[in-house]
Amino acid sequence: MNARLETALPDALDAPAVPTPASVVPHAAPRRGRWRGAARQLLRDPVTLISALVLLAIVAAALFAPWLAPADPYKASMIRRLLPIGSPEHLLGTDELGRDLLTRLMYGGRLSLLMGVLPVALAFFIGTAIGLVAGYAGGWLNMAIMRTLDVFYAFPSVLLAVAIAGALGPGMSNSLIALTLVFVPQVVRVAESVTTQVRRLDYIDAARLSGAGALSIIRVHVLGNVLGPVFVYATGLVSVSMILASGLSFLGLGVKPPQAEWGLMLNTLRSAIYVNPWVAALPGVMIFATSMGFNLLADGVRSATDVRQ
Amino acid sequence: MFAYLLKRLLYTLPIALGVTLVSFTLVYLAPGDPLNAIAPADAPADVIEALKVTYGLDRPMPVRYALWLGRALHGDLGASIATGRSVASEVMSAARNTLALAAVAAFVGVGVGCVLGALAGYRAGGWIDRVATAISVVGVSVPHYWLGLVLTIVFSVHLGWLPAMGAGGSGGWAWNLDQLRFLVLPAATLCVIPMGIITRTVRALVADTVNREFVVALRARGLSHAAVFRHVAKNAAPTVLAVAGLQIGYLMGGSILVETVFAWPGTGSLLNTAIFQRDIPLLQGIILVLCLFFVALNLLVDIAQPLMDPRIRRT
Amino acid sequence: MSAALAPDAPALPALVDRGGPAQPLLIVDALRKHFAVAGSLFDRRRQRVHAVDGVSFVVNKGETLGIVGESGCGKSTTARLIARLLPADSGQIVFDGDGVDEFGGMALKDYRRNLQMVFQDSFASLNPRLSVLEAIAYGPQVHGLAKAAAHARAAALLERVGLAPAQFGARYPHELSGGQRQRVNIARALAFEPRLLILDEAVAALDKSVQAQVLNLLQELKAERGLTYLFISHDLHVVHYLADRVLVMYLGAIVEIGPVERLYGQPRHPYTRALLSAVPSMDPAHRTERSPLSGDPPNPIDPPSGCRFRDRCAHAHAACAAEAPTLRETAAGHWAACHLDDPGSGHPEAPARVAALARSA
Repeated sequence: MNARLETALPDALDAPAVPTPASVVPHAAPRRGRWRGAARQLLRDPVTLISALVLLAIVAAALFAPWLAPADPYKASMIRRLLPIGSPEHLLGTDELGRDLLTRLMYGGRLSLLMGVLPVALAFFIGTAIGLVAGYAGGWLNMAIMRTLDVFYAFPSVLLAVAIAGALGPGMSNSLIALTLVFVPQVVRVAESVTTQVRRLDYIDAARLSGAGALSIIRVHVLGNVLGPVFVYATGLVSVSMILASGLSFLGLGVKPPQAEWGLMLNTLRSAIYVNPWVAALPGVMIFATSMGFNLLADGVRSATDVRQ
Repeated sequence: MFAYLLKRLLYTLPIALGVTLVSFTLVYLAPGDPLNAIAPADAPADVIEALKVTYGLDRPMPVRYALWLGRALHGDLGASIATGRSVASEVMSAARNTLALAAVAAFVGVGVGCVLGALAGYRAGGWIDRVATAISVVGVSVPHYWLGLVLTIVFSVHLGWLPAMGAGGSGGWAWNLDQLRFLVLPAATLCVIPMGIITRTVRALVADTVNREFVVALRARGLSHAAVFRHVAKNAAPTVLAVAGLQIGYLMGGSILVETVFAWPGTGSLLNTAIFQRDIPLLQGIILVLCLFFVALNLLVDIAQPLMDPRIRRT
Repeated sequence: MSAALAPDAPALPALVDRGGPAQPLLIVDALRKHFAVAGSLFDRRRQRVHAVDGVSFVVNKGETLGIVGESGCGKSTTARLIARLLPADSGQIVFDGDGVDEFGGMALKDYRRNLQMVFQDSFASLNPRLSVLEAIAYGPQVHGLAKAAAHARAAALLERVGLAPAQFGARYPHELSGGQRQRVNIARALAFEPRLLILDEAVAALDKSVQAQVLNLLQELKAERGLTYLFISHDLHVVHYLADRVLVMYLGAIVEIGPVERLYGQPRHPYTRALLSAVPSMDPAHRTERSPLSGDPPNPIDPPSGCRFRDRCAHAHAACAAEAPTLRETAAGHWAACHLDDPGSGHPEAPARVAALARSA
């Protein structure tokens, strides 16, 4: 419940790596040098490159679904239910209501990706703000914020997400709220930890000696050095968010039918595993591929921006 | 040492209290009258009033919370709205099933993870390392509910070796050979998560320790690989135990998805039912029990770690 | 003093000498700072680290005051208390006649223009995300200078400390060597046109050759700009070279203070004597045979009663445990806190020593 395991390891469905002091400050390379070097290293690593390309393809397919998709995602047809993969006109088969699966997968990507990225983005902003305040202020304010968050940290992520989503009721916005609430404490923890480390450094003392106010110091000196590690941490959360979001839809708590979303599709296609198992498994393949893509990419970003001594 | 224990305990109590507060109030998050779930829509006014009193909904929130907490401390979690049975007994029997599943999954996952991670870390860069890393990345990235479906498809639908759903028997879990078949698929699905984490953890720890100078010194003194490995293992043990302990907690708390796939009669399925039936006492009871278990587990890990590794001392 | 400046103001308003040449630039009065030991919340005896225990001294205008002592004696804490980076438990700071951060005294922001500090770790002193010019220009901008003017000023200062702005201005801290970074830190401190500069082990982390360059730079700047230095160091040679007066600290208290030559030549306090004799000599005839300091290094938590040094002092006596010695002026401007210099202290060796001192004066 305190930042106990400061090793660079993720806990699946819960907090990925808390940055260790060595990878954070004070030897973090600054803006220009760091990103150029990181980009170069990223491009050299084949695994990261391939995962980035695959991810790009999935995102592009989702983004341009209205123009690329072969069929209407909502057009049902009772005669053409559960056609196998490779059927004429339906490259990936049809679902239990006869809708083209390829189209549904592409449209589903839009919601699934949104549910993966948006909660993390929101948690990133909210969490960083809270973490900065807690880390810079120190003292009783820090204690009050961190102990309150510790209560939320006492809940396993899945349970908390399900509980909040369950309490709020089914629906996409409710799931988004639930997921954001699950991730904010984790981001705050990282942001507070980094801010506290940065605050102890001499250049913050030098900034205070210049007579600058707290806001100016945070903006000029602290923020830039905190955003980097928190961002790297947040990228690791995206895959967790995707899996959780789809999981919520799978339980019936997220996206509602007839919308296309990968988790929801897994739910509705479940009974079809006895008739056409591979079609039933396809939405999960997409979740898996996207999640793995994000994880590998996040790993690559992390090791590329990690300045080795 | 005693002072440290006391401190830890004193620190945990407010967290536990906070957990009970959140468990209680979470269910009231949704807009709308909780009574709607209990009473039929066209019930006459006096019936609604009577129901209100029965469920204590006529009192203000803090009073309700205090009453609920007081009763919970005596082991009484109220009665389920849907079935009328005692929440405590329902949760406990469900928890037994989930614990069985989580324990097996944790045991397998941690065990395999340790072996894989140790081998990978000891010879970092070798082929085992690459395989282990791949497995751990997959373990962390795969949506486990989907994995459950896939395993069901392969082993149940296609091959027909194992049952697809349920726990067998009369809804409860008994450790006999017949029911063991029902455990295989859910446990295999669930164990992937800790396996991925532990592999990574152990690999990093072993690789790091092996490179340290004292290991080089030991090898130079002619110690065999096995003996060196014992040293390395001793160094890694406290962290691994901590991670493993926490993983059990996550498995118990996060089992709802896998249990839904396999219709395993555990706390996860119960939670699912409670949510869709808006069974408030049941919901509060499940969340409370699961989270307090997690808090207790955290406390145990916090206490056990400094015992194992004198370097770890948390104030 | 920190009134809003016109957008095209080329420089910060000059700081005025209010007190005149006789007024000490800095008066430190009974500064005290105790830290609670971490984790002591549940212990019945709340242990405190007596980091700084009633330190009082003055810094005269235009001088370099050196502060020496072992690690943990409280020198850096004192510096931070003076700079108001840490709040003092008690005590007062008077700058050029004005109380600092007090009612009717000098505002903290004004104080921040008059006093600047250079820290030991040159790398941790610089924001890794700011270029050298940006780092130096930040301070003046805080005090109202326009960005362009601040950058111009920063470039001029870089030039002055020996780093060509065209070549170094756009560089980042990790692209500089230790000595170059410390020059940048000095330039940044000078950007405020301060009157007092605190150098907290500023050259300790540098190679000897680089140290020499930086020390020369510091001497030049002092002469050019009429600066006053507070130079904290554990390196007695460097202090001997730079300082006009030296202050010796032990376990949070001052044990001796005096002009540099007199202090180095005729140290009065046993601790100062031990420190100076521990400095290796190039002369083989003056080998250090025996360690002059006996006993264990001090524990700043709950220091010994009476004189703090008595556990390691060769001249310790019952009188030393009974009462803590106060600073007494043994010669003009030379003060020491030892019972040996106080004929009324009860220490048996005191009268003899005082008499010997009177004879040699």
